[in-house]
Amino acid sequence: MTLTSSIKRDYFYNLVKNGKRADGRKFDEFRNIEIETGFISKAEGSSRVKIGNTQVVAGIKMDIGDPYPDSPEKGVMMTAAELIPLASPDFEAGPPREDAIELARVVDRGIRESEVIGLDKLCIEPGEKVWMVFIDIHIIDFDGNLFDAASLAALAALFNTIVPIERMRPNLERLQEKIPSIKNYLEENPKDYQLPMNEPPISCTSVKFNDVVVLDPSLDEEEIAEVRLTVATDKNGDIRAMQKGLNGSLTIEEIKKVIKASIDNGREIRIKLEKSTGN
Amino acid sequence: MSREKREIVTPSQLLGDTNSSKAGRGTFIEKGKIYSERMGLLNKISDFINVIPLKGRYEPIEKDFVIGIIEEPLSSSWLVDINAPYPALLHTNEVPWDVEFGETDKYLNRGDSIMAKILDVGIEKNIQITLKDQKDHNLYKISGGYITNIEPSKVPRLIGKEGSMITLLKKYTKCRIHVGKNGRIWIKGENEKISKVLQVIKKIETESIYYGLTDRIEGLLKKDANEVQ
Amino acid sequence: MEQEIKLIDDDGKRLDGRKADELREIKIEAGVLHRAEGSCYLEWGNNKVVAAVYGPREAIPRHSQDPLKAIVRARYNMAAFSVDERKRPGPDRRSREISKVISEALEKVIITNKFPRAAIEVNIEVLEAEAGTRCAGLTAAGVALADAGIPMKDIPVACAAGKIGSKDNFGKKIGGNIVLDLGKQEDNFGDADLPIAISPRNGEILLLQMDGHLTVEEFDKALDLAIKGCNIISKLQKEALLQKYQVDVEAY
Repeated sequence: MTLTSSIKRDYFYNLVKNGKRADGRKFDEFRNIEIETGFISKAEGSSRVKIGNTQVVAGIKMDIGDPYPDSPEKGVMMTAAELIPLASPDFEAGPPREDAIELARVVDRGIRESEVIGLDKLCIEPGEKVWMVFIDIHIIDFDGNLFDAASLAALAALFNTIVPIERMRPNLERLQEKIPSIKNYLEENPKDYQLPMNEPPISCTSVKFNDVVVLDPSLDEEEIAEVRLTVATDKNGDIRAMQKGLNGSLTIEEIKKVIKASIDNGREIRIKLEKSTGN
Repeated sequence: MSREKREIVTPSQLLGDTNSSKAGRGTFIEKGKIYSERMGLLNKISDFINVIPLKGRYEPIEKDFVIGIIEEPLSSSWLVDINAPYPALLHTNEVPWDVEFGETDKYLNRGDSIMAKILDVGIEKNIQITLKDQKDHNLYKISGGYITNIEPSKVPRLIGKEGSMITLLKKYTKCRIHVGKNGRIWIKGENEKISKVLQVIKKIETESIYYGLTDRIEGLLKKDANEVQ
Repeated sequence: MEQEIKLIDDDGKRLDGRKADELREIKIEAGVLHRAEGSCYLEWGNNKVVAAVYGPREAIPRHSQDPLKAIVRARYNMAAFSVDERKRPGPDRRSREISKVISEALEKVIITNKFPRAAIEVNIEVLEAEAGTRCAGLTAAGVALADAGIPMKDIPVACAAGKIGSKDNFGKKIGGNIVLDLGKQEDNFGDADLPIAISPRNGEILLLQMDGHLTVEEFDKALDLAIKGCNIISKLQKEALLQKYQVDVEAY
């Protein structure tokens, strides 16, 4: 666990009581966001997102597999996150620990529950074969606010993803022997095409310390945070997902403030996302 | 105004030979030739060839003044983080208080900060520090202000020739500034001024390889002081 | 009968247009990560790797400590999305073997006796893979170590050579070409692959692996070629490190 000096904590507490943050930002201001897509040619989709100095790479791989029994005509999606030791002196090698698991599940839910991926358009043969979308998130530099960086990276990569008909053609042709109707599927979809996507919700995370709530915490701020709240909002300003973390508490007033800041910033981040993926 | 850079060398770069020069710090000798062992600044003094590292952990030397953060209170000592490859040990014998066995956490706890001195560095790099020995520097538990870090190799630059740089900084910002050899710096003063000090320290860190830094920093500080007036 | 892929034509041009002794395009950037003490991003052909160094810091667990010197732990890992068929996250046996041979190569050049009981951790992450990832990884690791200020006797560098195109269209052996820096098809369909790492100052071999079939003469040629490749890349490493310090000083 990172050792933070109590002096640092006191200094931040003081600053924030005087309306200031250590890096000069306003309480509801995000750090600089950079989004780059498509730089990993082997992946069906990829992105690199920077929020301040936090850097996340997301890669999308697709494969053909069996649908879930309770949704025979829908594609399958799976999200994994790795807090690789590259990113911080405190990340250890080994199987994902709770932080990585929580991160992956929160990002996954945000995408799944809002039906961002058009999974119903990823059916190859109902009840038999569907497309599987694997989202792999790699944190490569950790300077606070992994939730937002990871979500944004996953979305940017997904918007950049193509369904790899050409790469998977040999597999599809092989499956034709068992499932003849795949021939029709190939005729209808002879080439690679853009992964069908819907409007994405944008996630914004805030933390509270010394009774003050700030948006997009830097690493220093996360280290002294008492409670964390992530809110994902959509184009209309409606709430699509929420997650509270850490063992502090929030007042209703504070939650309302966080929601408003999330809606406002979500709007701007959505524009950035659209620009970067040419949508 | 000079934008000249000091010469930067890479590890394994050939710097000279033992016939005409002596191998100083940051170098190693192989078959009579002197090579750099790190990324660093070439520094030739008389016939010594030195390489001043641009980066790297603090390597403790006895009598160094350091700023440490308590990692863990043990029964009759504390483990202290001093930004070295190893934590240092502060024994209850080396503090000005009368600490009973098992009562260390009553005096210093995880996250507390102290100004200390390196007492001893053993063969296996077991580091011991002390809060006694107030000869060159007052040593005590710190409170208030802010602690920041720079590369330990840049500490001499921050202090300046005979303390010229640090005196300048203290004068214009009216802050108390203590610079540990381990790259940790404690600043105490008004919040606005602390921000200023942090800004200047960052500038020193980035520009440490250029000549004429002290003048530039003085100019920067003077300009701000004038603006305020 | 399956059509044999012609890896090199009669004019000595390879599938990607390279000549026998030509390297793929390499780009190296030092100090790209904020948290790591030293780091490097490297592109080599379509390979994309990131390396980060932490340490020296006390080795944990305590029983792994060496009272006389630092231990060097390299961890080579491939991202799930780095290859055509998604790779399950986590180290597999291949990654662990590569981690081991890279650790051993790095240990030779790092001045480890300066840091008894400590560990120097090198993390290599392959974001995109296309033949030669262990060479790309080790080369990036060398830059990251220098960037971190770890004392070293040399900056290690790696490169591979191999043999391709030694069968005619009937599968009969007819000779073959020794080429530098195998590309993907060459790695899959070629006859031999020889990745090496050297200490460029004195040419000592730090890493050596070979699979395939080579006569002793062919081996000598391949080794010579790989060493030449290493020396070219060694210059790129040093340029990248010095490049980092071309700081633009803002006018005041």
